[in-house]
Amino acid sequence: MNAFASLRVALTALRINALRSALAMLGVIIGVASVIVLVSISEGTKQAVEAQIASFGANLLIIRPGSSTFGGRRGGAGSADPLTDGDVLAIREEVAGLSGVSGEVSASTTLVFGGINWTSRIQGVNPDYFTARGWIIDEGRAFSGAEDIAGRRYVLVGQTIIEELFDGANPIGQSIRIGAQPFEVIGTLAAKGESSWGQDQDDVVFAPLSTVRQRFGAGMSVTVRDAVSTIYADIAPGESTSRVIADIEDLLRIRRDIQPGAEDDFAVGSLAEFIRARNETESQLGLLLAVGAGIVLLVGGIGIMNIMLVSVTERTREIGLRLAVGARRADVRNQFLIESIVLCVIGGLAGLVVGVGGTLIYAEVGQLEIAIDPVIVAIAIGASAFVGVFFGLYPAHRASRLNPIDALRFE
Amino acid sequence: MPALIECRDLVKTYTMGDQVVHALNGVSLDIEAGEYVAIMGTSGSGKSTLMNLLGALDQPSSGELRIAGENVRALGPDAVSRFRNRTIGFVFQQFNLLPRTSAVENAGLPLIYSGLPHGERVARAMKRLQQVGLGDRTDHHPAQLSGGQQQRVAIARALVNDPKILLADEPTGALDTKTSEDIMAIFDQLNREGITVILVTHEQEVADHARRQIVFRDGVIVEDRS
Repeated sequence: MNAFASLRVALTALRINALRSALAMLGVIIGVASVIVLVSISEGTKQAVEAQIASFGANLLIIRPGSSTFGGRRGGAGSADPLTDGDVLAIREEVAGLSGVSGEVSASTTLVFGGINWTSRIQGVNPDYFTARGWIIDEGRAFSGAEDIAGRRYVLVGQTIIEELFDGANPIGQSIRIGAQPFEVIGTLAAKGESSWGQDQDDVVFAPLSTVRQRFGAGMSVTVRDAVSTIYADIAPGESTSRVIADIEDLLRIRRDIQPGAEDDFAVGSLAEFIRARNETESQLGLLLAVGAGIVLLVGGIGIMNIMLVSVTERTREIGLRLAVGARRADVRNQFLIESIVLCVIGGLAGLVVGVGGTLIYAEVGQLEIAIDPVIVAIAIGASAFVGVFFGLYPAHRASRLNPIDALRFE
Repeated sequence: MPALIECRDLVKTYTMGDQVVHALNGVSLDIEAGEYVAIMGTSGSGKSTLMNLLGALDQPSSGELRIAGENVRALGPDAVSRFRNRTIGFVFQQFNLLPRTSAVENAGLPLIYSGLPHGERVARAMKRLQQVGLGDRTDHHPAQLSGGQQQRVAIARALVNDPKILLADEPTGALDTKTSEDIMAIFDQLNREGITVILVTHEQEVADHARRQIVFRDGVIVEDRS
């Protein structure tokens, strides 16, 4: 008997017991559907996290002043001496494995173009800033190091500024007033969208650091004339994050004259690792759910085996007859095995439809990221076929071992 | 020319608990091609055991059994299946039709295991159903057929592979007298057309259709009359 004839016999038998077949499939349907839903959601979350990390700059270190300690009283975050241009320069020159270092200062200001105004923050940065923070120059260009030092009145603007100030028109070459100063727009930045906490990342204006410091007094205090609020350092691909952090810490401890054993009065943080750590629990939960779904599939398989055993018992006379009229034991075994596989694969396909549908509904209703991976879909279908073979083998073997005489007499 | 069926000193024993039961105790028997034989006896006489051996559903404990020139004892499990498929047609007391399956699919069942394509299976099953007078019921399921009609489907199934031997085990046991006569008429006709028919029965009226009657008691032949 060939495979096609076996398949036909199996399909006929399943159709004859349609309700029972459908119930037997239910476990597999639920199992496959839940695997697909849960994996898609957890993959989607993971991809969203990676996208978030990429939007900050994938290998970004953020260096900020920490707490000052004066007479045993600790001043709290940011109370320590500010970081300076000197620190930026020292890190750039002395720490190996960095592809870019930039200071940042900022000031709140109002932008005016024609009759329109818009209040935003102007950020003064070094040219390395754009690559370090993952900004893509959409049109125009960034300013150079020389233009930065010279304090040129150039700005790069984000998409929100283009919308609000220029009504979507190309602003390159336009002159805008910031505070009392005219600035030339030399570049625009590609959109980043909202951050995960709902902040508009495109409402930004960047100018050379020295320009912002001179024109707006940002980062200038009575004692320190060249402060920066934050230093961003971009770790070159393949470099060890922990080694670079250690080098920066060593350098800054010397520069800030911190005695051995005393606490750092600055902090070097890795944003990507912070975000990854925050989402670690989420992805572990996803894994746990996937394991749960796998268990559902296993239980579905046991259901299939149960139904197949019932079916073999109920159809004992049929098996006896088939053996009597010339079925080989292998024919009987294959018939029941194919029935089991067909049950599971149809269940798997139905589960696929339910799972993909459920995932899409979840994404639509929950406004959440999903990622339906074709590999996972293939694995889910493959797994259901495997369940069919694995849990069908024993009932099929039992059917094929029946003695035709006893089977024909079975009541 | 050797007989179609040759039995020499057939012995079949079963072990039930610690007791050895001699279901057949040295049976020697020849059946020629074209014969119409009734095997009779009470329950436990050994007639069903012989039937199982003649149908190659079971193997003798000792002795020699040749059917259509094949030494059945020497055949492996797959070869025995193929042998049954080609040589023997079975008719059972309980019909043993597949439920919720049409008459034509039921009648064509053995041909699946002969490896015939679907179209040819249907054609041959249709021909046999017409032969047993069910040409207008080919799409009916067993539940839509009377007992006599179901047994006709079973006979069509037994004939579909052009067997050399038709083995019928109490073929009228589940039927009323009138229907029994109709079924027996089919067997009579088939035998007239040259098929070797072997009936296993305990009913004298059924056995009277056969031209040779073999009576069993306690695992041995006590009477063999033509």
